[in-house]
Amino acid sequence: MTEARDIALTVNGQPRRARVEVRTTLVDLLRDTFRLTGTHVGCEHGVCGACTVLVDGEAVRGCLLLAVQAEGRRVETVEGLAPDPAHLNALQAEFVRHHGVQCGFCTGGILMSLTAALRDNPRPREPEIRDTLAGHLCRCTGYQGMVDAVLALVASGAPAPGPDAGSAP
Amino acid sequence: MTEPAAHPAARTSGGGYIGAPIPRREDARLLTGRGTFVDDLEMPGVAHAAMVRSPHAHARVRRIGTAAALALPGVLAVVTAADIADIQKPWPARMPSPVPGTLVRHGARHTLPPDKVRHAGEVVAAVVAESRALAEDACDLVTVDYDVLPVVASPAAALAPGAALVYEELGDNIAAHIVQRVGQPERAFAAADHTLRETFRVMRGGSHSMEGRGVVARYDQALDAFTVWDATQAPHAIRAMLAYLFDLPDHRVRVIAPPDIGGGLGPKASFYPEEALVCWLARRLRRPVKWIEDRLEHFVSAGQEREQVHTVEIAFSRDGTLLALRDVFTHDIGMYGALVAPVITACTVPGPYRIPNIHSELRAVYTNLPPTSAVRGAGRPQGVLVMERMMDRMAEALGLDAAEVRTRNLIPADAFPYPVGLWFRDGAPLTYDSGNYPELLRQALARADYAQARREQAGLRAQGRYRGIGVAICVEGVGLGPFEGAILRLDRRGRVVVTSGAPPQGQGYQTTFAQIAADAVGVRYEDVDVVTGDTDAIPYGVGSFASRVTANAGPAILEAGGVLREKILAVAAHLLEAAPADLEIVGAAVRVRGLPDRGVPLAQVAHLGNAGVAFGMIMPGGLPVGLEASAYFTPSQAGYSASAHVCILDVDPDTGEVAIVRYVVGHDCGNVINPLIVEGQILGGVAHGLSNALYEEAFYDEEGQNLARSFLDYPLPSAREMPRVEMFHLTTPSPINPLGVKGAGEAGTLPVPAAVAGAVEDALRPLGVRVTRLPLNPARISDLIHGA
Repeated sequence: MTEARDIALTVNGQPRRARVEVRTTLVDLLRDTFRLTGTHVGCEHGVCGACTVLVDGEAVRGCLLLAVQAEGRRVETVEGLAPDPAHLNALQAEFVRHHGVQCGFCTGGILMSLTAALRDNPRPREPEIRDTLAGHLCRCTGYQGMVDAVLALVASGAPAPGPDAGSAP
Repeated sequence: MTEPAAHPAARTSGGGYIGAPIPRREDARLLTGRGTFVDDLEMPGVAHAAMVRSPHAHARVRRIGTAAALALPGVLAVVTAADIADIQKPWPARMPSPVPGTLVRHGARHTLPPDKVRHAGEVVAAVVAESRALAEDACDLVTVDYDVLPVVASPAAALAPGAALVYEELGDNIAAHIVQRVGQPERAFAAADHTLRETFRVMRGGSHSMEGRGVVARYDQALDAFTVWDATQAPHAIRAMLAYLFDLPDHRVRVIAPPDIGGGLGPKASFYPEEALVCWLARRLRRPVKWIEDRLEHFVSAGQEREQVHTVEIAFSRDGTLLALRDVFTHDIGMYGALVAPVITACTVPGPYRIPNIHSELRAVYTNLPPTSAVRGAGRPQGVLVMERMMDRMAEALGLDAAEVRTRNLIPADAFPYPVGLWFRDGAPLTYDSGNYPELLRQALARADYAQARREQAGLRAQGRYRGIGVAICVEGVGLGPFEGAILRLDRRGRVVVTSGAPPQGQGYQTTFAQIAADAVGVRYEDVDVVTGDTDAIPYGVGSFASRVTANAGPAILEAGGVLREKILAVAAHLLEAAPADLEIVGAAVRVRGLPDRGVPLAQVAHLGNAGVAFGMIMPGGLPVGLEASAYFTPSQAGYSASAHVCILDVDPDTGEVAIVRYVVGHDCGNVINPLIVEGQILGGVAHGLSNALYEEAFYDEEGQNLARSFLDYPLPSAREMPRVEMFHLTTPSPINPLGVKGAGEAGTLPVPAAVAGAVEDALRPLGVRVTRLPLNPARISDLIHGA
């Protein structure tokens, strides 16, 4: 149960190594070992989506993936979307303008799902945006501000969220 | 890659911040993963607690075996009730009855149950280990021998003759029996043209803030003092409980609600055993100890609300005038809880209507179900449901339109202040401060194209389609006292720092408090910092609940800001050798009006005012020392917001599914500090209301076991289920505070169950369906159709 293994992976473009118990989830590795606390744990059963991160570009539940399964993978978290709070990316800036954030606990995971979806389809319509958001629970906003933020991003013609950090040189 | 443009008003210091839709300053850190939630804080050396919880809803605890758990490597402590004897005091009574002449009967609760557990999920032991995973491993090794007792899993069971007693010392399970009367209801019922009677049941549910509860405690032996980081809505109340239990003065218990809390919605305003246990363990281990509630724990131990059964009768004349209301209801208070919600329910039922005769009778009942608290709405949605369902029934009985019967009974706009005749939860008479309900309803109907919608409905009905229109209007007691305070100071950098007690859980106080302070002091919005939720930063505070903070903290900030401005100008007058009346604050400086070259930076004013001349050895005589001002605002009573919702939906009779076609919200919370934030509060509230109306449903079996303990069994709506909400504001300022504000945090939730229930019953009227219970999920609608 407490067997440990060494793993190596890329997190937000940086190579990282860790020794983890095989039962440790990816989100616990990110939060507790790497201290990337922007990814949150809301339900631990894969429904709420707060723990969503990108693994090799795909949005996944950090609570349902074991850390050892991320061996050799490219992991992206909300901390990788902008260099600091003063330099938000276009999606984040639209979230501010359209009040897409209230308590902010679910926000990191939502941004990651939207980031992956916008890379696939930079010009989603409202039903598609709602489909992407449907993988997440938010108890504060009623989602409308988030939907409006993405619609505004699309309307602005701004470039979609940056490229997969893992593919950067 | 740019910071979003601030509102234009944010670039001047000429005031006008109040009322501006300024984007929130909280957002950037939250959007970049740099939030400060309790589980994100750096706590070197922290140990992790996990709880051993009773699987039984009612059982005597015979023996707890801890040896195997203690033997597990990495386990630091396992504690039971016997170990924490020094803090095993009965918890003080929570809330007295606000209704004169009535009592609340409190059973004695302790941090760990000394004799028996009263709900499934109650903590019986706590384990601390080097990691949460190890602590949970050890929980599995703790053996507890129980003698299982008969369970009362509903108010009906708890009120039955010979029912098991949740608290033996009370002799029965009744927590409160409160009757309130207005006029002569019996006479009115006897004389009325018509009466109608129905029974409604509202389900228990959880708040499900996306962040659960969580607490980290550190104990300093030399100081004999605790520092507690707690995801709480009420840090000062937590301090009071901890100081009582540990027999410490307030100043040796510092409770800090972190700047970011992942939602509260009611339950986080209560005190829980884990808060005391984590402190006790930190003192015992001389290490910081952390406990983070997981979702399963939230389902079985965080405060819940809403379970009520109402039998309601109305009397009315043949022209559709309400004459009397009789509402007799039970409220499930669980094994522990405050009387907040049901008292508010009783006072919410009459709503916006003139009702000359009222009999309101509440029985709050202890059961072996988890503790209750407020959950967004706090008793109000139930009251709105009861009244608005009966208005629909009156319309049906008289063959009148549902909006028309409401219009005929609304309190007119010139009738304020309007005394309802009941006592509100704050212990003051239920007197509406201001409002314009006829106009609010008129505008809501106009926005929804109500007349056209009725014509379309008739056409669809002729085609055999089931469209329904629901209308709900309500009055909401908000801004409850007793007070909130603010300390404003000009700091070394020339920035205004606002400190207030109540912590936010997403409501954006760092933004709205800065808006009020900037206008009050006359500085730029961006030159204001806001600190909340730290009991060492402001001695007294109440907390974030009851849609109360803007109406309490706001006026306190306004008043303290005015005093601080006077002090700033007095010190600047000395520096500028001018009269204070000739000075103005422009940007980050104080200037002599009309002489743009004569000014002094605010930082220099702060230096003289807070440190004295040069290196602080001399203070010129007559100047205010310490550029600081504090104020506590005490409202004379609650304020009363109002909402009118129109819901248009289609019901698929084959699947039982509901599709919302339009959802219109009219809202009046008095003056608005930041419309962006108020609209966000309303939208979130509507989502919570729709969740209650259509999705969330708790299931407890007769043994008191919660059978819906995951988001798979207890569904919350996602963005796909949420309709686009159309919203407008009406503004009738409150006369009871200088900002004219009321409250908006819960408003969106209140009328939704009533509007949806009305719309579904309206849609299925050709089938004779009666909606008396929520949620209206496909299974229940199918049952209604096939049972009809």
